[in-house]
Amino acid sequence: MAKVKLTVNGRAVSGDCEERMLLVHFIREKLGLTGTHVGCDTTQCGTCVVDMDGKSVKSCTILAVQASGSSVTTIEGLAANGELHPVQAAFKEHHGLQCGFCTPGMVMTAVDMITRHGGQLDEQTVRRELEGNICRCTGYHNIVKAVLSANAEMHGGAKQAAE
Amino acid sequence: MGVEGVGARVARKEDRRFLTGKGRYTDDMVVPGMKYGYFVRSPHAHAKIKSIDNSTAKTMPGVIDVLDGKQLLADGIGNLICGWMIHSKDGSPMKMGAWRPLAVETVRYVGDAVAIVVADSLGEARDAAEAVVVDYEELPTVIEAVDALKPGAPQIHPEAANNLIFDWEIGDAAAADQAIAEAAHVTEVDIVNNRLSPNAMEPRATLGIYDAGEDHFTCYTTSQNPHLARLVMSAFYNVAPENKLRVIAPDVGGGFGSKIYIYPEEVICLWASKKTGVPVKWTADRTEAFLTDAHGRDHVSKVKMAFDKDHRIIGLKVDTIANLGAYMSLFSSCVPTYLYATLLSGQYDIPAIHANVRTVYTNTAPVDAYRGAGRPEATYLLERTMETAARELGVSPAELRRKNFIRVFPHQTPVILNYDAGDYEASLDAAMQAADWNGFAARKAEAERRGMKRGIGMSCYIEACGLAPSQAVGSLGAGVGLWESAEVRVNAVGTVEVLTGSHSHGQGHETTFAQLVAGRLGVPIDSISIVHGDTDKVQMGMGTYGSRSGAVGMSAVAKALDKVEAKAKKIAAHLMEADESDIVIENGELKVAGTDKTLPWFQVALAAYTAHNLPAGMEPGLKETAFYDPSNFTFPAGCYICEVEVDPETGTTEIIQFVAADDFGNIINPMIVEGQVHGGIAQGIGQALLEGVHYDENGQLLTASYMDYAMPRAADLPSFKISHQNTPCPSNPLGIKGCGEAGAIGSPPALMNAITDAIGNNMLTMPATPQKVWMAAQATH
Repeated sequence: MAKVKLTVNGRAVSGDCEERMLLVHFIREKLGLTGTHVGCDTTQCGTCVVDMDGKSVKSCTILAVQASGSSVTTIEGLAANGELHPVQAAFKEHHGLQCGFCTPGMVMTAVDMITRHGGQLDEQTVRRELEGNICRCTGYHNIVKAVLSANAEMHGGAKQAAE
Repeated sequence: MGVEGVGARVARKEDRRFLTGKGRYTDDMVVPGMKYGYFVRSPHAHAKIKSIDNSTAKTMPGVIDVLDGKQLLADGIGNLICGWMIHSKDGSPMKMGAWRPLAVETVRYVGDAVAIVVADSLGEARDAAEAVVVDYEELPTVIEAVDALKPGAPQIHPEAANNLIFDWEIGDAAAADQAIAEAAHVTEVDIVNNRLSPNAMEPRATLGIYDAGEDHFTCYTTSQNPHLARLVMSAFYNVAPENKLRVIAPDVGGGFGSKIYIYPEEVICLWASKKTGVPVKWTADRTEAFLTDAHGRDHVSKVKMAFDKDHRIIGLKVDTIANLGAYMSLFSSCVPTYLYATLLSGQYDIPAIHANVRTVYTNTAPVDAYRGAGRPEATYLLERTMETAARELGVSPAELRRKNFIRVFPHQTPVILNYDAGDYEASLDAAMQAADWNGFAARKAEAERRGMKRGIGMSCYIEACGLAPSQAVGSLGAGVGLWESAEVRVNAVGTVEVLTGSHSHGQGHETTFAQLVAGRLGVPIDSISIVHGDTDKVQMGMGTYGSRSGAVGMSAVAKALDKVEAKAKKIAAHLMEADESDIVIENGELKVAGTDKTLPWFQVALAAYTAHNLPAGMEPGLKETAFYDPSNFTFPAGCYICEVEVDPETGTTEIIQFVAADDFGNIINPMIVEGQVHGGIAQGIGQALLEGVHYDENGQLLTASYMDYAMPRAADLPSFKISHQNTPCPSNPLGIKGCGEAGAIGSPPALMNAITDAIGNNMLTMPATPQKVWMAAQATH
């Protein structure tokens, strides 16, 4: 057993776990934050994406003990004061989700993408950078629209850029 | 309030919880004392089980118990069943081999469950499963459907000689043969429909809870139809009587057909919970999903289509072999029969059709319905054949289709179905215009100058949805009726709860069903709750598949609303001292027509429950139930056009544009309908370009992870151009046809026709990988 201490969504947390426990299972089972999902066993699907120390990571590829000492944001930590994050709001407005299972990972990836590109995003870039996230419901059409719309919103550009 | 009713583009009510991580899927469930189940699965595709030694596993850390098939058998748990009886043309019933939830004597595919370990943690369960020693005696295997029928092929079930499950036919063989003999031209094509894995993003999961105090079972499970799961587990598997089994399908992360069926794991987790005295949760990992979720498609067919000298189709003959895998899954037998061969008339007026279908066992995972279920197979076959015929006849593929369209409705096909309404030319014209069909030649020439091969392809599909009159499907072999139920509860304060037997796993029912009610009663959408997926709340239902939730499920809600409105009008008339026939419902109020007398909904609802002043003899309350049994299938149809560029150097295909023109009848929420079409097209493009389940000759699954099975990703797909030309469905009160499967049905032939047009070689099979396309293109020269 190992002791893991980290900050999750701004709150200091700690817990005991088997050394082999993955971060995603620690988040889901030890912290009860079940918005972060497990959709595969080969780090391909992206339903487990969280932010760790400012970087977007797949939490199924990191041991909980490796994450000790870091600061993690999960989908539960994105909305503030009951207000949806602009990316969450854009996914809702543009129908960028159906079953909702890939959605938390998609949203976390989109937030990271928009932050990194500083407003310079086009459809081709969004499609290329969604490579690590699989959605089986939407055909990506509306996810791409949502990401471009949120990008425009967050960087003060025209909303029409998404249309 | 009008903006929230039928036809409005209302943002989804359910989105907030999904977007904030508050969705509740089966694997998210935690109950006191819960432990983890892990299955020991066969590494062999075909083997005798000589012995199982779990003595070491039972002593390992955290292990509570290890259970195998012999204990299951001793406890009287029944075998899994197929719920649709098909008879061969000689009158004999289909040959159903025994499918034990845990294999006892023989394993028949890689992944066949042999035992379950229950332990404190998933890791400990997995460790102990490694220590269960199963002594197998390997047997010869057969993987491909055509091989399974060959003399001397390995026998998979003793009940099915030569692995033949049934040899079934539909239509008029003599008439079809005669048409072919008299034809001016016969197009002959071999069609392979590749095997797919549905791959809902949420892996299947089940939490079985046995309450010894109440002698009662609860099953949380990833199901598209929890009521059917309860019915089948009660009536056939002896898990528990129906009144002692609650099945809950909470948020479900996609299904696409793969979560219709009742799987061994659901039965085992419930049984194991009783055996061990602890709640048992099992969640598939993705490799388990690839191994054990029911696969889709896997047909091989020979087709002959006969034309007269004017290019009219005069006959069609189809011979299909369908692979059903190692066992017959719940709906497997109806997919290559009544959901497939009955659609072989397509959008065309074909006077003579005959189809022969043989289904076979192989040492592969069970095959059952996957998005579209039989209709994609029929459409692919027809539309690839039409394309080939157009090339052979030297005519435009659009004009060949146009010439043969059905134009008079209702239209009785030679293969059972009676199409009620449609306008196929409208969809064709809309799609051709959106795709700028006439400008293609110039675009092709421009591409040629860049050294690229450009192609354009179309497909005109029809499907039968809204499954369907119970008496009719019963006469065809279905084990259940295909009606739907609804209950509308108007609460005393005027809020509304709608209980439905339809199940939402991404389709947005919490919004669309609420839109129907909001439009009818004029109450805000936020005051309406949609309750589904729990057998303790909704009495009975048939779940969601085959695009039936709108046409059948919402029609049941509409019928219940009729009753609620009728009673509310009686109460309002009594309170306002008016004639019942003068009461109208508008903007959330009940009004006396032609006067200023009015009562808001909540006051009528409150009056129904206070019951101080009701019409004489009226029961208090405002709550009504309806069961709706449709009078016919519904028939969505449409035209899809795809334009591609193939790089002759690499064989890589790029989709330049994708156009879909659909006829779904009346639409509740255009935004949600468009989303359904997008997703369907993506799965169809996946089938045509990328996806395929592959076993090696020993039955080892080569595509058992996302590293091996090519799932469509964002960069593989274009944005889609879609439109609707809607003729209302005459056979249900809402005029709805259904939209969930269209994209997956219409898109594979459109894409394959486009690629074959680009490379000038028609002999190409799905998935059209760069290597296959390159080789086919080389063969053209």
